Amino acid sequence: MSSRLTVDIAGLKLPNPTMLAAGILGLSPESLLEAAENGAGAVVTKSVGLKSRVGYANPAVVQVDGGLLNAIGLANPGADYFAEEIRGLKKRKLGVPLIASVFGFSTEEFAQAAEILAKAGADAVELNVSCPHVEKTGSEIGQDPVLVREVVRAVKTAVEKPVVVKLTPNVADVVEIAEAAVKAGADAVAAINTLRGMAIDVETAQPILANKIGGLSGSAVKPVAVRCVYEIYEAVKVPVIGCGGVSDWRDAVEFMLAGASAVQVGTAIASEGLGVFESITKGVDAYVRKRGLRSVRDIVGLSHRR
Amino acid sequence: MRTVAIANVRDECADVKSFTFSDRLCASAEPGQFVMIWIPGVDEVPMSLSRLNPAATLAAVTVKRVGEATTALHRLKVCDVIGVRGPFGRGYDISRFQKVMIVGGGTGVASLAPLVELLVKRKKEITLMLGAKSRDELLFLDRLTSLSRVKSRVVVTTEDASYGLQGLVTTQVENSLPKRKEFDMIYACGPERMMHKMFLLSKRFSVHLQVSLERFMRCAIGICGTCLIGRYRVCRDGPVFSSEQLLEVEDEFGRFRLGFDGQRLPV
Repeated sequence: MSSRLTVDIAGLKLPNPTMLAAGILGLSPESLLEAAENGAGAVVTKSVGLKSRVGYANPAVVQVDGGLLNAIGLANPGADYFAEEIRGLKKRKLGVPLIASVFGFSTEEFAQAAEILAKAGADAVELNVSCPHVEKTGSEIGQDPVLVREVVRAVKTAVEKPVVVKLTPNVADVVEIAEAAVKAGADAVAAINTLRGMAIDVETAQPILANKIGGLSGSAVKPVAVRCVYEIYEAVKVPVIGCGGVSDWRDAVEFMLAGASAVQVGTAIASEGLGVFESITKGVDAYVRKRGLRSVRDIVGLSHRR
Repeated sequence: MRTVAIANVRDECADVKSFTFSDRLCASAEPGQFVMIWIPGVDEVPMSLSRLNPAATLAAVTVKRVGEATTALHRLKVCDVIGVRGPFGRGYDISRFQKVMIVGGGTGVASLAPLVELLVKRKKEITLMLGAKSRDELLFLDRLTSLSRVKSRVVVTTEDASYGLQGLVTTQVENSLPKRKEFDMIYACGPERMMHKMFLLSKRFSVHLQVSLERFMRCAIGICGTCLIGRYRVCRDGPVFSSEQLLEVEDEFGRFRLGFDGQRLPV
């Protein structure tokens, strides 16, 4: 492992600054292992709640210009079931930090699910206060700084592991929410989750997604994500994780220049395959070396220099 | 998502209909690839392409009426509109195999029919084994037997003895394999238990095998994880898997599939 590539996020040691984003594969030990073996520097599980959910009917994912729209509906097997999967995974050699994404329909549910998964062996938890298409959770919490503070505090009390808060871009002021999360004890923030979006088929005049409204991801959202990371980096002291439309090393570098310590990759796996992690890492490494810098850490926030 | 008008509806056998539509991408798909078919306002489901006609830019899916989505699809008529995504996944590998056996069970024959047509065109030596519960569930019997007259052998089984030999198609395969060890490849598609039996036979008789797996799906492009079997994504790495790949997922194949909530369900 080249020390030039390692990053430290709230005590989590990543061998490189790429991460498997929440909601992508991430429901089985094998898929998380596969992402790690293909070069992800950390893996985030699919969001898990206290109880299992089958999610929404299909179509749940559809391609649109510049990305994907999805409304899977927080389908997950439930925290107790998934805790067993994590225990099984910990017995095998993952080699990179395992971050459990968690959601809840109340502060208590967030805390309980986080506690169950942290106890099972997750190295950190990421709070999904940003899913844009399920009522009474996700972005309905993440759009309100008071609720964000409550949830983060409750989870920080329940678990001793680092807590990452994944933010929604569907707000007027993302910085206000990031600051609320950090004040409540968040060890890092990830920006951004998907943007609320919709697609309608013109032949049938029907919304395509069964849930009608979903979340937009992919290159279409990247400028929004870069702006969010840039603004948040100026306002908070904790590490920022960039997410939204990262598909190659240039995207990753752009996020890092904006202030991201690492980047999460999701949608690009559909077009680039799992090799995307290694190719991003190689490209970022080459960029850093070409500029005579010692570490990828040296480019974090560089665009803020005047 | 593309929307296409249904160009033809054909009753195939009991509760099974084929829907033909014009679509350039689907018409030039590989045998074994699948599409996501959207029944507007109802559901979107993965389906094998059962007919590939690139010259006429026509493709078809063949559907048994089993649940809400397939019942809604069965109600559709010529000129009704459906959505199509795909074709997706990896189809059957036909590269270097000369003497092949094709084993189809029930509606699994849908995914094999374009393969048989291609193999006939490539002048391969084909042994066709078709099985169903009864005569009225034998899919594409005429289409395939008329095609494969040249250099091929056809064995048909029904569980109720209403047509051909009585019993399971895998029993006939088991009987014929020791005598005919010379197969370069076996292709199988049908109920998972039948394909699992074929997997065991392929191990026992050391014959290469490819099967087409079925799983619940959402994205069909390899990111949602709904169709995982071991480390493989059926939508992306499959749906056709080799016996070597199946060996890696032996703990799951024929035993479990993931439900829409990500919990394992018995197959």
